[in-house]
Amino acid sequence: MKREVTITVNGVTHTRTVEPRLLLVHFLRDELGLTGTNIGCDSSQCGACTVHLDGQAVKSCTVLAVQADGCRVTTIEGLANGKLHPLQQAFWEKHGLQCGFCTPGMIMASADLLSRNPNPTEEEIRRGLEGNLCRCTGYQNIVAAVQAAAEMMKK
Amino acid sequence: MAKVIGQAIKRKEDPRLITGEAKFLDDIQLPNMAYVAILRSPYAHARIKSIDTSKAAALPGVIGVFTGKDFMDINPLPCAWQAGGVKNNVNTPRVLEPEKVTFTGAGVACVVAESRYIAEDALALIEVDWEPLPVVVDAKKATEPGAPQIHENAPNNIVMEWECGDAAAVEKAFAEAEIVIKQPLINQRLIPTPMETRGCAAMYLPYTDEYTVWITSQAPHVHRLLMTAFVFGIPETKMRVISPQVGGGFGAKIFMYPEYPLVAALAKKVGRPVKWQETRSENYRATTHGRDHITELEVAAKKDGTVTALRVHTYANLGGVLSTVAPGIPTTLYGRLLSGAYHIPHIYCKVWGVYTNTGMVDAYRGAGRPEATYVVERAMDLVARETGLDPAEVRRRNFIRPEEFPYAPADNILAGLKYDSGNYEPALNRALELAGYDEFRKQQAEARKQGRLLGVGLSSYIEICGIAPSAWIGLPNQGWGAGLWESANVRVHLTGKVVVTTGSQNHGQGHETTIAQVVAEELGVSVDDVIVQHSDTLGTPFGYGTYGSRSAAVGTVAVYNSLQRIKEKARKLAAHLLEAAEEDIVYEDGKLFVKGSPDKAKTIQEIAAAAAIGYSLPKGMEPFLDDTAYYDPPNCTFPFGTHVCMVEVDPETGAVQILKYVAVDDVGNVINPMIVDGQIHGGIVQGVGQALTEGAIYDENGQLLTGTMTEYAIPKASLMPKIIQDRTVTPTPVNPLGIKGAGEAGTIAATPAVVNAVVDALSHLGVKHIDMPLTPQRVWAAMQRN
Repeated sequence: MKREVTITVNGVTHTRTVEPRLLLVHFLRDELGLTGTNIGCDSSQCGACTVHLDGQAVKSCTVLAVQADGCRVTTIEGLANGKLHPLQQAFWEKHGLQCGFCTPGMIMASADLLSRNPNPTEEEIRRGLEGNLCRCTGYQNIVAAVQAAAEMMKK
Repeated sequence: MAKVIGQAIKRKEDPRLITGEAKFLDDIQLPNMAYVAILRSPYAHARIKSIDTSKAAALPGVIGVFTGKDFMDINPLPCAWQAGGVKNNVNTPRVLEPEKVTFTGAGVACVVAESRYIAEDALALIEVDWEPLPVVVDAKKATEPGAPQIHENAPNNIVMEWECGDAAAVEKAFAEAEIVIKQPLINQRLIPTPMETRGCAAMYLPYTDEYTVWITSQAPHVHRLLMTAFVFGIPETKMRVISPQVGGGFGAKIFMYPEYPLVAALAKKVGRPVKWQETRSENYRATTHGRDHITELEVAAKKDGTVTALRVHTYANLGGVLSTVAPGIPTTLYGRLLSGAYHIPHIYCKVWGVYTNTGMVDAYRGAGRPEATYVVERAMDLVARETGLDPAEVRRRNFIRPEEFPYAPADNILAGLKYDSGNYEPALNRALELAGYDEFRKQQAEARKQGRLLGVGLSSYIEICGIAPSAWIGLPNQGWGAGLWESANVRVHLTGKVVVTTGSQNHGQGHETTIAQVVAEELGVSVDDVIVQHSDTLGTPFGYGTYGSRSAAVGTVAVYNSLQRIKEKARKLAAHLLEAAEEDIVYEDGKLFVKGSPDKAKTIQEIAAAAAIGYSLPKGMEPFLDDTAYYDPPNCTFPFGTHVCMVEVDPETGAVQILKYVAVDDVGNVINPMIVDGQIHGGIVQGVGQALTEGAIYDENGQLLTGTMTEYAIPKASLMPKIIQDRTVTPTPVNPLGIKGAGEAGTIAATPAVVNAVVDALSHLGVKHIDMPLTPQRVWAAMQRN
């Protein structure tokens, strides 16, 4: 009982026949080979798999591929457009990553946060990123990176 | 040329990580690859009566189903660090348990299938007939008469009894003490939780009997050594181990686990490349945990706050089977640190390592040292409480003085080593100043009048970094059966670009940048012209890997030593080319010239080219600038510092809010301050996690109640305010770079600072201690009791 889905990922339209139970994150990683989106848990806590679905941040381990049928998805691989996105630049400059495993999801969640609130306070960033866990950085430089990216994006 | 060491250079490894291009274990895809899933025990202690795999094997897409009986030709895993005289009672996992399980999560069967979905479906079709056995999860109860016996060869479930210090001298000190304090302390079990779980992929070439194995590893050479020489009993030359991009480790990815030889063996059995990636729920059960001590602390002191003796009795829970270096953590890395930053005249520590029906326990960030620091820093606060002195003053009165270094802690508890260097009071004073300590004490007094609960806690820690001296770590009956030196190879290629290989393993620490900085500084080349390679047994000299804050103080010093020999050869060659005496050659900013004639210099790139081309070399000189170093340091290094935490406790709910957190650390010289600060931030938040939110809980049946990220609460971004940081710099004399290491300091320091702060907030209510984690419920309950 496989079903056909058509999903536009990073601007490219893909049609695949998939099991209804296939998670979007596995569709991205296993069907399309877009392995930048990572999986860190099995209970939708960690946010490592965060992507944008029709412009909004979602945890792609909590969305079925069939639910994304007809939708636009942006992953970390689609964020840079010839040059690094300000968030990627800021994470690099502010040392907002160590092992880098949470980073793609953290950057995608931060992009969503800044699209809704271009001038977040430190408190708003810390609250806004509660759905994304990082075990290395203690979040301090992630917050600094999001602040720096917000400044860059104003220019 | 500006100095490169000490600069906050952006990390060379970041571009691949911020763009999603980095390849972690689960990103590896080999042609014709199959997928492995593992059936794990739902019981904490049970015998396997039978396993029926027929339904699973019949599922379309299943390639094979296997149980422990299929792998009886593979040895149990080794326990490499049998510290404390462990004898005849070592029990370690097999790749799949064939007869009996001793904790929930032990693997008993596995499926190889065309997809991970089919593999998981097939697991549900395997039928196991279990005979459940009585369970014990508490380390102290496990040693009591009548407790369930987990292994026949370990009476009373005791793995080892270990001691250090002088029991008689301590007894005498207690008899003469003006003040005696007793306090039970629980250092709860933690789950390391790197964001990437463990995984393994393998392929096998039948005609040469060769394996290639990819492992989420902090120590790929060690994994290969243990897997070939100990588990499979095959030559090391038959296996290549590659650690791809690794998403954090915190100790948990050092060890040999059953799944790695299992996956390698499966690649051979099914004749296809295979991959296994742990789920988070599996990770919480089957990957090692940390800490889990039950301690009885006794302090002898004078009325002036001077501590005269410590006596520490600890039951260390090691789980149902022993992990790779499990017995070494609560012994060498715990008892030997119990003098902390203080001149304590007598110390005695006794440790019982105990089997229980829980998951394996081994090194987790800090590994023994956070547990020791928690004991010592709680002791200092208890003395302050008993004497009525300020906790800062008690620490000052007991500090080891700068003139006492190198310092040997009392009663030879450090087994011959000495603290290298230290100057503890300036770090304490700076931390108090940044925190506004005196002002806060006034606010605290005012707040109490209004019913508000403010508290401040200190932690003046030391760490043992650069875990090595082979002669120390390998002491008979104490050490692991190997050295702990580190290797490096430096080659300056014909193009002048530098290739460094290191036995250290980068899983977030920034080695590719910091090692490049040391190379750039020493050779006078650009950081961009240096590439640091690691994590593949092919093409790197044997090395012990990354843990114990040893990559800077051991691994990077090996690189430094190689660079000195490269420079010496470059000088010889320059002298030859410039027709001068070697002693007249100056090496400055990447140029070699005769003293007084800098205009006729040869660049290091020109020298490298001449050495590589090799048609005009001095007599007897081999071509190429290439050197390999093996560095075994004479001592560990001992960073230190003071952290100050200020909290407010909600009197209605017991919820703790951190108002301010100040960290003043001294890690010696610093290669890259941005990276060191980042290490400390992350360490602090892990330490705060232990103090406030984290704790692995097994119920009386050995079920892990905190089995997913929903129940096990690692810190979120909103837990902490911005950390205020500063540094003092006391270089170590142990190595020529003066660097001590910084990987674990934050975790070691933070936990007691937070607990001391919360207890301080409630001190006027009569609260003297609360066991971690300090959840609102526990804090509230403590307030009600007093």
